[in-house]
Amino acid sequence: MKYAVTSEPILEAHDLVKRFGDFEAVKGVSFTINHGETFGFLGPNGAGKTSTMRMISAVSQPTSGTLTILGLDPSVHGPEIRGRLGVVPQEDTLELELSVRQNLEMFGRYFDLSRDILRARATELLDFAQLSDRANDKVDDLSGGMKRRLTIARALINQPELLILDEPTTGLDPQARHLLWERLYRLKRDGVTQIITTHYMDEAEQLCDRLVVMDHGAIVAEGPPRELIALHSTREVVELRFDTDSPEEVNARLVPFAHRVEVLPDRILLYVDAGDDTLREIHEAGIVPASALVRRSSLEDVFLHLTGRTLVD
Amino acid sequence: MSDTLDVSLGWPRWRRSWWYHATYYAQTWRGSVASTVLFPIFYLAALGVGVGHLVTAHTGLVQGQTYIHFIAPSLLATTTMQLGEGESLWPVLAAIKWIRTYHAAVATPLEPEDILYGKLAWVVTRALATGAVYTIVIGSFGALQSWWCLTLPLIGALITLAFAAPLVAFAATAQSDGSFTTIYRFGFVPMFLFSATFYPVSAYPGYLRPVVQFVPLYHGVALARAAAFGEGSFGAIIFHLTFLMVMAVAGVAWGRHTMRRRLVD
Repeated sequence: MKYAVTSEPILEAHDLVKRFGDFEAVKGVSFTINHGETFGFLGPNGAGKTSTMRMISAVSQPTSGTLTILGLDPSVHGPEIRGRLGVVPQEDTLELELSVRQNLEMFGRYFDLSRDILRARATELLDFAQLSDRANDKVDDLSGGMKRRLTIARALINQPELLILDEPTTGLDPQARHLLWERLYRLKRDGVTQIITTHYMDEAEQLCDRLVVMDHGAIVAEGPPRELIALHSTREVVELRFDTDSPEEVNARLVPFAHRVEVLPDRILLYVDAGDDTLREIHEAGIVPASALVRRSSLEDVFLHLTGRTLVD
Repeated sequence: MSDTLDVSLGWPRWRRSWWYHATYYAQTWRGSVASTVLFPIFYLAALGVGVGHLVTAHTGLVQGQTYIHFIAPSLLATTTMQLGEGESLWPVLAAIKWIRTYHAAVATPLEPEDILYGKLAWVVTRALATGAVYTIVIGSFGALQSWWCLTLPLIGALITLAFAAPLVAFAATAQSDGSFTTIYRFGFVPMFLFSATFYPVSAYPGYLRPVVQFVPLYHGVALARAAAFGEGSFGAIIFHLTFLMVMAVAGVAWGRHTMRRRLVD
């Protein structure tokens, strides 16, 4: 599965809007995805990620804006574009009564692939998904991780140039996640462009070359994970806990030591350049926390900073 | 990569959806075949021979037929109706909402219309096969008296489509299966019983007879009888055919709308 890398973007979206009645789920987003790239969409529930994914999968039409996928207009060439995409939906959507192999071969028929091609590809993909020894078992009997791998294998049956994964590892245990990540790396090495949504910031940091953060239907940040951290957070974070009923008072005393101070119900976060130095200065100023932790800034800090800590249901 | 493109222009895409259903059925057919063959035999034996014995003793012939011959064609009509119902409500809602396989399908080259046509084409395929089996069973009970009986599988297919098309369309609008049970209880069960299935329309009081004209299954039963016995006026047959065809065409048009709305909007 090798593809020529051209300078032409594989996907271009300009000012995409998706409206459902009065509700505007996506409010004019623009982005460009290049060949061979792994591109992430982050955002809390209701940020408009799924609506955006459905548009760039050439399944639903944008209400307005322009979209070009593989150089084609999805409102005209929908079936042709979808024939060259692979989509891994949030739910597995497998035929539970059928065998693992049957699921692959039957789905391949939607792409009008011949029986011989399907047989060969199914064998290859079963190996890729580490499901060869379960080929003839009913899907219903598989574990969650196996079903997920099968869904990904199914999305590869047409050898897609662009693979779109909606929360590929949600609900999987760490072993299953790591195996999946390794498989996605292999696809990336083979030149398959990938678009991923996820709620796991470590996953986004691991997999994505570039990503956008969406909130309330709009893109609030865009760039490589490292750059986003540099731009929207500090190098390090000091997490302090105090045995006190008046965190506001402690907070006021901490402000001079950090670029930004964030008070959470259980702890105070100081966004700083050098955590150990800050910690020493705090001690020298006579402020004694019950516990202290210095860590590097992560994408999660950026995400929470940009989209807020309020729970979205 | 070229083999992933749409190389078979001229072949409609819905054929792929039909094929999917056919393959699925090929893996899971065992239960339904036994019932397809055994059910009509049990039914004709119980009602035709058992009840028929009483009817014959009491009334003699029904519209010139023995009772078992009279009810045999209506068996084909009710069964093909049930096939249309059974394939169209729960399986469609499941594919949309529970296992979401239709959502997986619209992420491939298929359009919602392709899924609809493929589904209906598959249901019609099953109806033709079921109709053929029933024609043979009915014939073996001696109830076929005209070469028109060869059209019975086609009539069965039309009945199935007339029910399946609007029901698929409706299922694509449903949020839960609560309404399906209501449709069964207050729609199909009464229709099964009161469509001149087990006795002629003349058994109804005069003021009820025109009402029967609006019961869809009645037209299927009437057509099946006309084909089995080679009787019935040209005008009446055209009326019955038109009624069912309008249901099918309207159902398909509605289904195009609801499937698109549910799957890709």
